[in-house]
Amino acid sequence: MNLRAIAAIYRFEMARTRRTLLQSIVAPVISTSLYFVVFGSAIGSRITEVDGVSYGAFIVPGLIMLNLLTQSVSNASFGIYFPKFTGTIYEILSAPVSYLEIVLSYAGAAATKSIMLGIIILATAALFVPLRIEHPLWMLLFMFLTAATFSLLGFIIGIWADNFEKLQLVPLLIVTPLTFLGGSFYSIHMLPPLWQKVTLFNPVVYLVSGFRWSFYGLADVSVGLSLGMIVLFLAICLATIAWIFRTGYRLRT
Amino acid sequence: MQTSSPLAAEAAAPGVAVRVRGLGKTYAGGFTALQDVDLDIRKGELFALLGPNGAGKTTLISIVCGIVNPSRGTVTADGHDVTREYRAAREKIGLVPQELTTDAFETVWNTVSFSRGLFGKAKNPAYIEKLLRDLSLWDKKDSKIMMLSGGMKRRVMIAKALSHEPEILFLDEPTAGVDVELRRDMWEVVRGLRERGVTIILTTHYIEEAEQMADRVGVINKGRIMLVEDTAELMRKLGEKRLILQLSEPLQRVPETLASHRLTLAADGRELVYTYDAQGERTGITGLLRELSAAGITFRDLSTKQSSLEEIFVNLVRSSQ
Repeated sequence: MNLRAIAAIYRFEMARTRRTLLQSIVAPVISTSLYFVVFGSAIGSRITEVDGVSYGAFIVPGLIMLNLLTQSVSNASFGIYFPKFTGTIYEILSAPVSYLEIVLSYAGAAATKSIMLGIIILATAALFVPLRIEHPLWMLLFMFLTAATFSLLGFIIGIWADNFEKLQLVPLLIVTPLTFLGGSFYSIHMLPPLWQKVTLFNPVVYLVSGFRWSFYGLADVSVGLSLGMIVLFLAICLATIAWIFRTGYRLRT
Repeated sequence: MQTSSPLAAEAAAPGVAVRVRGLGKTYAGGFTALQDVDLDIRKGELFALLGPNGAGKTTLISIVCGIVNPSRGTVTADGHDVTREYRAAREKIGLVPQELTTDAFETVWNTVSFSRGLFGKAKNPAYIEKLLRDLSLWDKKDSKIMMLSGGMKRRVMIAKALSHEPEILFLDEPTAGVDVELRRDMWEVVRGLRERGVTIILTTHYIEEAEQMADRVGVINKGRIMLVEDTAELMRKLGEKRLILQLSEPLQRVPETLASHRLTLAADGRELVYTYDAQGERTGITGLLRELSAAGITFRDLSTKQSSLEEIFVNLVRSSQ
């Protein structure tokens, strides 16, 4: 394995984060703080508790998940799309680097950035609401698996996109709405019975539910099912990437 | 290392840096960029690949470097198949692409170090420093690439290609759009690399550069290799010579009595140009001068000129149209 190449791409991508600190870290933290202000004071005054957890604390896992998903996708998609856009991808393609190494370095850097952001948001949330984490190792596992899976999804989007509009299409029109409708700010048990069933088709429900369980022991669906769904998404993304590299789709003509 | 098959034995032939056999490329849209290309590049030589725009030069280079998948045929670099043994093959190869594609926000030092890491080489600041100094980039090592001029960016791309100390270097139009000073500097670097035994494959539209620098020349057109020849031998075989006579009195047309000679008028009838095969047993010059005298045509001066590689190239390409 070409470990030096993995390290080179990983460092390069992490350096990009340092150069764009305002956009990468500060902006998501500020927007999350605004969620606390708006949801905490406006809705929190009407919904004081959900299953014994204060509303402000209840939404923390959902907010972290929202950022984890959107940032993993946008970091990874931009990371691989930008060299395609500028043409510097030639260097990656002509280097003695395997497909696995390319994915590990780009998706690894994107996942690292979103996990860092998730932890920063967690620390920010602790300033606003009293937090407890009942299963910290499970929390980290959910965080890691979600970041890795959605970074792989972002990588696929970055390969697929041939313009900046397409790059934004999936995060804005699919990932963000699914996250908002996936129980980030409510328990699905608060929905009418029909919508409780419909919402189970939203994959983000399983991610948020499992992640929230690691905090408060509360889950909309079983933890095993949540874990199984994440692993399934991971497998689908890995299979898609394997196909991309086998065929050279939008990389090698 | 033992080779187990005739193909492997052929691929690992000593003295061959790059071997291309039966190479073809048809893009998804149906356009065939390369057809049945066979080519050997010898170790340590400077090989100039010449061809008009769209001839297939960049596709050929891209396949060797791993950027484009071949449709048919095989390519080996230093005996390693570029598809099956891509790591071993690509480690040997450096590429300076035609387009100026750089990481605008990175510094010169970081981007060159990044390239070295990408090829699996351990850090070597001393080597990178020497490389940047050789390319007159040392003063710019901490500058962001977007702050550099086009010529400087071209130097950065050369530095990136050389960062992992390749044995085979592809230079795809390296002097396109660069100033005279950079071209001179760059050829100095290329000479130095050749002296160190690096194999260099060059495409250029500045054919006089190829004529001066290349050991061998290959001409490609419409995806096919038309010829591969030692530069000197090509000049000898295909080069024509011209005898230019500066006339005392201008002529309106070449006299009928001289029609059997390959004569043309130039410079508004003040020059009579005779084209002949310098390698032929008889050049025909003596007879021509006798007939000129008989026709009463006198001249003030005369000179001869060997056709350039550019003229040979243009003739070859025209003849294949």
